[in-house]
Amino acid sequence: MVTGFNMADFLTSFPQVIYSRIAGIGRRGRVPLNLILRTQSGRIALPIVLLHLVLVVGGAWLAPYSFTEFQYKETGELQQFLPPSTQFWLGTDQFGRDVLSRVMSGATSLIIVSTAGALVGISLGTAVGMSSAYKGGHVDNLVMRVLDGLMSFPSLLLALLVITTLGPSAINIVATVAMVTVPRVARVLRSITLTLKELDFVQSARLRGESTSYIVFRELLPNTLPVLGVELSVRLSYSILIVSSLGFLGMGVQPPSPDWGLMISQNAKFLSIAPWAGLAPAAAVASLVVGVNLLTDGIKQATGLPQEEKPS
Amino acid sequence: MLRFLTIRLSLTLITLLGISLAIFAVMEILPGDVAIMMLKADATPERLALLREELGLYRPAHVRYFDWVSGLIQGDLGVSYYIKQPIAEILPRRIFHSVVLALFALLFGIPVAIFSGVWAGIRPNSFWDRVVSTISLVGISLPEFVTGVLLMFLLASTLHILPPSSYMMPGETPLTRPEILIMPAITLTGVLFAYIMRMTRANVIEVMQSQYVRTAVMKGIPLRRVILRHVLPNAMLPTVTIIAQNFGWMLGGLIIVENVFAYPGLGQMLLIAMRTQDVPLLEVLALLVTTTYVFSNLIADLVYAAIDPRIRLS
Repeated sequence: MVTGFNMADFLTSFPQVIYSRIAGIGRRGRVPLNLILRTQSGRIALPIVLLHLVLVVGGAWLAPYSFTEFQYKETGELQQFLPPSTQFWLGTDQFGRDVLSRVMSGATSLIIVSTAGALVGISLGTAVGMSSAYKGGHVDNLVMRVLDGLMSFPSLLLALLVITTLGPSAINIVATVAMVTVPRVARVLRSITLTLKELDFVQSARLRGESTSYIVFRELLPNTLPVLGVELSVRLSYSILIVSSLGFLGMGVQPPSPDWGLMISQNAKFLSIAPWAGLAPAAAVASLVVGVNLLTDGIKQATGLPQEEKPS
Repeated sequence: MLRFLTIRLSLTLITLLGISLAIFAVMEILPGDVAIMMLKADATPERLALLREELGLYRPAHVRYFDWVSGLIQGDLGVSYYIKQPIAEILPRRIFHSVVLALFALLFGIPVAIFSGVWAGIRPNSFWDRVVSTISLVGISLPEFVTGVLLMFLLASTLHILPPSSYMMPGETPLTRPEILIMPAITLTGVLFAYIMRMTRANVIEVMQSQYVRTAVMKGIPLRRVILRHVLPNAMLPTVTIIAQNFGWMLGGLIIVENVFAYPGLGQMLLIAMRTQDVPLLEVLALLVTTTYVFSNLIADLVYAAIDPRIRLS
């Protein structure tokens, strides 16, 4: 080991500068929050995302009523389809339940399941993509063929098929989302690793006789951080779309859980008599995805990564 | 070109084989027992035995897989377990409905998207660019079912100009009642519009900064002509791929849109097959959707290779 003078840092600093120019990222690949906040998208996104995070943590606790509680009048009559009032801010649904409370309580399961799915998918995808690119040769070819096969399914179809056979539980949905995420993340990470591993600082680490795990964790991974940040944000928004779509199609969390997608599909047929019951959860999903997508734009602008990419 | 075509076609066939194997594995091997999955609460030992006999589940998995695939190749799609009709008889009408909807959405969406993309791209950061870009961001963000419900609320429940549901009576086709296509098509176009528009915009901005466009402008050619003859052809290169890829990607959107509006196409049938655990039908539908997806990607590659010689020669 070199003491005092850090050889590894010295060696990495040069190609780092070059790579930073390419990707426009800061030293050591960090994307500071104030850089994101300096972009217009980031400034709009942050409060929206924060509001949803507050709901995730304390939505059910902050809600004025329980999300399963049927609201009766003093005469014992069920208060169905009440329009928004001071007592029920967003009105009530067909079972006389408070819509606001259901929307507030619905953030937790959707966001936790989507985030867990995206995180598992990104971790696995990173591991697969990096090791495949690092190994190269036949292993790389085989892995890429399998990933291409997985990607030739439209994501929602694949998710639906797996949920149909496994059954709609939270764990299964997380696994499904991860499965859809892995190939897409793996491809991105593979192509970055292929570029990175040819750069001088990786070659010199190899020549120094560093172990594979040192090279992967100390040399390669830190340089993929900005891309991983963008991936996290992009994949999170796709996961939210898939999980809420599964809910809408009745293949997500089962009733009476307050799932936004499910609430929209159950109340779509009452749009002409009680639009609030369907529109409130629709606004909740919409604001969440818009917030996450704006955050993605903010991170991309802050890191200087390319703005446009094809849908997947 | 011929060599490129042969390689890509054979790769596609291998992919399709892999996909059929994957679908079969997910449906019939993963959970252990199709019969239990299909019968659920009604699963008595006698009925299970009967269903296993009917589906030939006593045979080993690889025998069943080869039977299934060879049947598919010969045009025998099997019999739907829930509807109790040969799948080959119930599919064509559904396919027709979905294709009509998809084409309608594409014909409507692509020209508008390309026009807005060019419009925004020639004046980056102008007021109209911001308007179009914001609409596209919202378009990318909103799930199809949210857009669909919003349209339904606006156009059907509030303004009463369109029917709220695209349900069709027996004997009706989307061609006899085209108004039921409008809301599903707009919903389906939402995301498509956003991607094509953003891609066109980005390309136009890039091409506008090129030397040859500058030369054309400095030669005194009117801007309209520069855009039509110099910018558009070059900016359209990547957009072509995006359009073809989106066609396949739209198939996922069909599943949701058809269920939002009760439009009787493939997507709605897919969900019915899932709810009724109709495994034979589900397998065929999944394979059909995925095959379309794979082929539209292949066409995207071929079109791109035809336009850009660098791709087919590498």
